[in-house]
Amino acid sequence: MKIIEQPAHVLHDMLVKKELSAKELTDAFFASIDKSEDTLGAFVTLMRGKAGKDASIIDAKIAQGEELPYFAGIPVAIKDNICTKDVKTTASSKILENFVPPYDATVMTKLYDQNAVIIGKANMDEFAMGGSTEHSAYHITRNPHDLSRVPGGSSGGSAAAVAGGEAVCALGSDTGGSIRQPSAYCGVVGLKPTYGRISRYGLIAFASSLDQIGPITRDVTDAAYMLNAVCGHDKMDSTSLKEKAPDFTKALVADVKNLKIGVPKEYFADGIDPQVEEKVRSAIKSFAELGAKITEISLPHTKYAIAVYYIIAPAEAATNLERYDGVSYGVRVPGKDVPEMMINTRSQKFGAEVKRRIMIGNYALSAGYYDAYYLKALKVRTLISQDYVEAFNKVDVIMTPTAPTPAFKLNELTGDPLKMYLQDICTVPANLAGLPAISVPCGVNSQGLPIGLQIIGRALDEETLLRAAYTFETAQGIPFAVPELNNAEGGASV
Amino acid sequence: MKITKDDLANVAYLSRLALDDGEEENYIKDLNDIVAYVDKLSELDTDNIMPTTYALATENVFREDEVRPSLTQEEALSTAPDKENGYFKVPQVLAE
Repeated sequence: MKIIEQPAHVLHDMLVKKELSAKELTDAFFASIDKSEDTLGAFVTLMRGKAGKDASIIDAKIAQGEELPYFAGIPVAIKDNICTKDVKTTASSKILENFVPPYDATVMTKLYDQNAVIIGKANMDEFAMGGSTEHSAYHITRNPHDLSRVPGGSSGGSAAAVAGGEAVCALGSDTGGSIRQPSAYCGVVGLKPTYGRISRYGLIAFASSLDQIGPITRDVTDAAYMLNAVCGHDKMDSTSLKEKAPDFTKALVADVKNLKIGVPKEYFADGIDPQVEEKVRSAIKSFAELGAKITEISLPHTKYAIAVYYIIAPAEAATNLERYDGVSYGVRVPGKDVPEMMINTRSQKFGAEVKRRIMIGNYALSAGYYDAYYLKALKVRTLISQDYVEAFNKVDVIMTPTAPTPAFKLNELTGDPLKMYLQDICTVPANLAGLPAISVPCGVNSQGLPIGLQIIGRALDEETLLRAAYTFETAQGIPFAVPELNNAEGGASV
Repeated sequence: MKITKDDLANVAYLSRLALDDGEEENYIKDLNDIVAYVDKLSELDTDNIMPTTYALATENVFREDEVRPSLTQEEALSTAPDKENGYFKVPQVLAE
């Protein structure tokens, strides 16, 4: 049995039974990192020293017979847009290359309360803007299942770390699919909870009305445990939900009898790869064989979702990224006066994709265009949300592909921003409507590339998503081992 | 082409970004492609539709105006590129 392929629930039991120490577990993952990381490039910062110390502290607790929280001793990767006290947090941007937060994000406080061992900060598209992790200002990340391909993005480092045996599980963030799409590309489980389920305090803001933190894990059971660990109301985030969260692990029941599944025809339209469609439809058929009821539904405004998203998200980003002005944190490039200093700093330290989105956003918000673009997008957002409200009067969950294609080649889409944006077609609607959605592996194409099934649920109903995903996983088994990697196969640096 | 060189210069100014000539041409093309694509929203009649800023109902959150634990001044300034006497420091604003 390979330690680096085990999910947290297996490792937790081994730690409790003293079949494994936390130090041995952490060492096993750093040995794997030493073997694979030059190839994969999943991390911006490794936390070897702190992880080793934390593991020893947990071993002392085990020796004293203390009861172990679920994530005690479990090596976890954290996307580099989540603030970690005293540990550099760059959002994969040059403008934050020296930023060491003086505080922890709420999700970090919660993971540390569970004695999780944080092993590093995962690579991402700069400020989470992108779907391939190629927009990191530091280096690319490769897909563990095919090193010539992207891991997806923006949480590509988090997904590659889990799929590549460099972390047991990870936190990502999802503004338009940034947890689910890389999870699909890398053959792991990715959950974007209901908007507000998890505190955003300490998450470096991209688009505040869409951003949500969530788990990336080897299996559905770990996703439920990780959601339990980090969810809940937080007075530091006024948009976090007051609703008390249930114990999500209670939803891990392999039973979908009479579950009503909607299959929206708009998600199987032009641009969906035929092999993706085949695997997703075959997965949905297997739910029918397990007793679920399948209905074709229509979400008629789906075709407008990308247009709405690429107005709202850049508009919010343009506003959120005003704070990078060379004054309060990050890097400053000098200038003769304040405006010149700000312009120099932003022009030289933001990457091209970030500048593109800031300018789209400011264009959509500027005098003369506000009504035509920004306000219009907010209204169509209402129509998209209403489609889902109506659909959920008829069905319990909605099933779609997570992404229209499997992982694409490195450099395949970097020259065509709009084409890259269209990759988000299946995932952005759940963000616009604030709904929970999960991606679970549902097979491979003829080249062995993972394909993801997306399950979208009612607001606050992560339990039904988890039950459906767990049932599917129980029927098909965990599909992927950690691929054999070694650093000889070409580095991840560009 | 809806976005001209002047439009780009204006939006770059609003964004506090300076673009060089090579960048300008690329951004004009990219922004026009994107604007042409999002223009498809204009085919929808939304006259009687309310805008959505947050997908789930949210309300303003109030709290008592009480002092709570927070970062010290030193901690809050720890990430500043330049500081002096407990202040953020920027290049001179007013001529002497």
